[in-house]
Amino acid sequence: MSAIANPIPQAPATWRLPDRGKVAMASLIVAESAIFTIFVVAYLFYLGKSLTGPTPREVLETPIFYTICLLSSSLTIHLAAKSLARGIGFAFLGLWLLTIALGGLFLYGTAQEWRRLIYEHGLTISTNLFGTTYYSLVGLHAFHVTAGLIMLLTVAVFGLYGRVGVKQSGHIEVLSMYWHFVDVVWVVVFTVVYVLGR
Amino acid sequence: MSSNAITIPRVQIDEKPWVDTLHEWVTTVDHKQLGVLYILYALLFLVIAGVEALLIRIQLMFPHNHFVSPEVFNRLFTMHGTTMVFFMGMPILFGFANYLVPLMIGARDMAFPRLNAFSFWLSALGGFLFYFSLVGANGLYGAGNAPDVGWWAYAPLTARAFSPGHSTDYWALALLVSGFGSIGTAINIIATILCMRCPGMKLSRMPLLVWLNLVMAGMVLISVSPLSAAQIMLVIDRYLGGHFFDAQAGGSAVLWMHFFWIFGHPEVYILIIPCFAFMSEIIPVFSRKPIFGYPVMVAATVCIGFVSMSVWAHHMFSVGMNSYANSFFTLTTMAVGVPTGIKIFNWIGTMWGGRIQFKVPMLFCIAFLFQFLIAGLTGVMLGSAAFASQLTLSYFVVAHFHYTLVGGVVFAVFAAIYYWYPKITGRMLNETLGKWHFWLFVIGFHLTFDLMHVPGLLGMPRRIYTYEPGRGWDTLNLLISIGAFIQAIAILLFVANLLISYFKGDKAGNDPWDAWTLEWATSSPPPPYNFASVPVVASRRPLWDLKHPEDPDSLYE
Repeated sequence: MSAIANPIPQAPATWRLPDRGKVAMASLIVAESAIFTIFVVAYLFYLGKSLTGPTPREVLETPIFYTICLLSSSLTIHLAAKSLARGIGFAFLGLWLLTIALGGLFLYGTAQEWRRLIYEHGLTISTNLFGTTYYSLVGLHAFHVTAGLIMLLTVAVFGLYGRVGVKQSGHIEVLSMYWHFVDVVWVVVFTVVYVLGR
Repeated sequence: MSSNAITIPRVQIDEKPWVDTLHEWVTTVDHKQLGVLYILYALLFLVIAGVEALLIRIQLMFPHNHFVSPEVFNRLFTMHGTTMVFFMGMPILFGFANYLVPLMIGARDMAFPRLNAFSFWLSALGGFLFYFSLVGANGLYGAGNAPDVGWWAYAPLTARAFSPGHSTDYWALALLVSGFGSIGTAINIIATILCMRCPGMKLSRMPLLVWLNLVMAGMVLISVSPLSAAQIMLVIDRYLGGHFFDAQAGGSAVLWMHFFWIFGHPEVYILIIPCFAFMSEIIPVFSRKPIFGYPVMVAATVCIGFVSMSVWAHHMFSVGMNSYANSFFTLTTMAVGVPTGIKIFNWIGTMWGGRIQFKVPMLFCIAFLFQFLIAGLTGVMLGSAAFASQLTLSYFVVAHFHYTLVGGVVFAVFAAIYYWYPKITGRMLNETLGKWHFWLFVIGFHLTFDLMHVPGLLGMPRRIYTYEPGRGWDTLNLLISIGAFIQAIAILLFVANLLISYFKGDKAGNDPWDAWTLEWATSSPPPPYNFASVPVVASRRPLWDLKHPEDPDSLYE
């Protein structure tokens, strides 16, 4: 028994824990995925159940250009985060602003589509089940893009004042996780609304 | 455990004016203060919802009673159910998680202290919004001044045509807001547990309370979010003229039921898993034995977490799903009983051969074991589609879920309060008053909820505001109501005990129960920084190692 001389355990030589920002963002993404799942289920469940027109087949046009914009913004934000981690502030800022531009372009596309649906086809959220589910699902996604853009713009303002450096690259990576999630959600929404739903 | 050896000289601080104290509590980001705020907030709602339950029981005491009107009765059971689940059950368990998890893993605070405060105040705002409907819901215009759609709020009852005024809006917004608060807390708990552990605190050495709260937080992420989504849809229906749940436009009322119960069933496990966590900490200490089957307990909890996600439609057997769906949900419901049974055997295994000390926390734990077992058995009965179609919407169901939520959750919460009150306040709760509280509550509980099964079997439906004499329900209902008042007296004793012991209780010292987890290594109440130096652990029972250097657990794990 006397073999154990020291009851106070020694700290392990290597004690590494995951980054809390990344864990929290991953958790948030799980929760958000559950919310989107419910809206996607509602959309699929109500496909073809509208009692009156217009139907998706009649009015929806596939937004290929704006989809390419949003999906490529995932690439630019990834490259931006990488260049920040390497300490290339100039490249980071350029790519970051490009990401914002691409995201903004996507939002513009959504706005144009909604304007066309409302004014040319008379489809609003209260017209029929298609209108209710379509505007809710696409609107929820657009809301997430908007929230993301606000965060990206905040970083851009700090960046323009030279306050974003290698030290912040952890935070930037967390933010880019969110942006990738918004893009992945769009892949699902695009598939459901514009491919399967027509 | 070098943190134990350091004594920091107490600085004498002058008495602060009460405004400063209030300001400190309102603006705090400290996990312990927020934990206490959660617990006090929940206890307030326990009393409010308890009074609502008493009013319900007075109305049902005698046949053809006119104590409250049918409309008020609907509001009462809606408020009672919603309050107990969202503003009592979840906050009090989040409160304990907030208080205990950082202490048990040797951390300074939660991973995101400000998010923590934000989440608490969101939940608090939710409760406030819910009760603000009494003022703001157009009661004066005859539209009803409190939500009356039931805590499940089935469509189309929630449509504008059937719920005029704003009471249903307050219900939806209150749940949406407090739901966001819950998700924020869940994210915080997960990040804290995974990223803030002290050196040596591997996942396999975490106290079971921490493990079970990790599972609970994961379930909150997956199951509270669908509720938020459904509330958003409901608000779209009510405010923007959407048709999600509008059968006139092709919408489906059954879809709401699915969305609600996809949240609603995992929710009961969100409530009970932290209670399993209390059991797993308290029973070993008062049995003077380490927990039996630690890895199996963790595995069973994770298993419950997964299986409970696929049992929701056993709330909907009478809706008219096809036989495949009925069979599937019957099977999954039976399956979720298996890991729960494993847990009960493990707690009994822990007590077996131990030197059991029948202190008040342990008494509540033992009652929990018996009552939760019976609740589980009626759960298995109701989980069978054939049986449920006979007894669904009857008082048998009410008896079943109150057995789980009162006999399970409330008893476990009392055990936890008696066990950790010395840590939180530095003083012991009075043992004699505690025993009175325990025995009165046990008697009242069994009088109410054992008997409640019987009118259910005799055919008494739920949610009726009165009934005719001569159906064999009269005496039973009277006895059930008397039991409710005995429970209320027990709660009064409990509140008195909380207050008296806060000022006059015996000093607790750091470790009154001779326990083994890290929260007992620091002073009671713990200092704002928790531990003077970061603890290092080598086993699941760090304080045992410290107290028994000749025979530490770390040799065997």
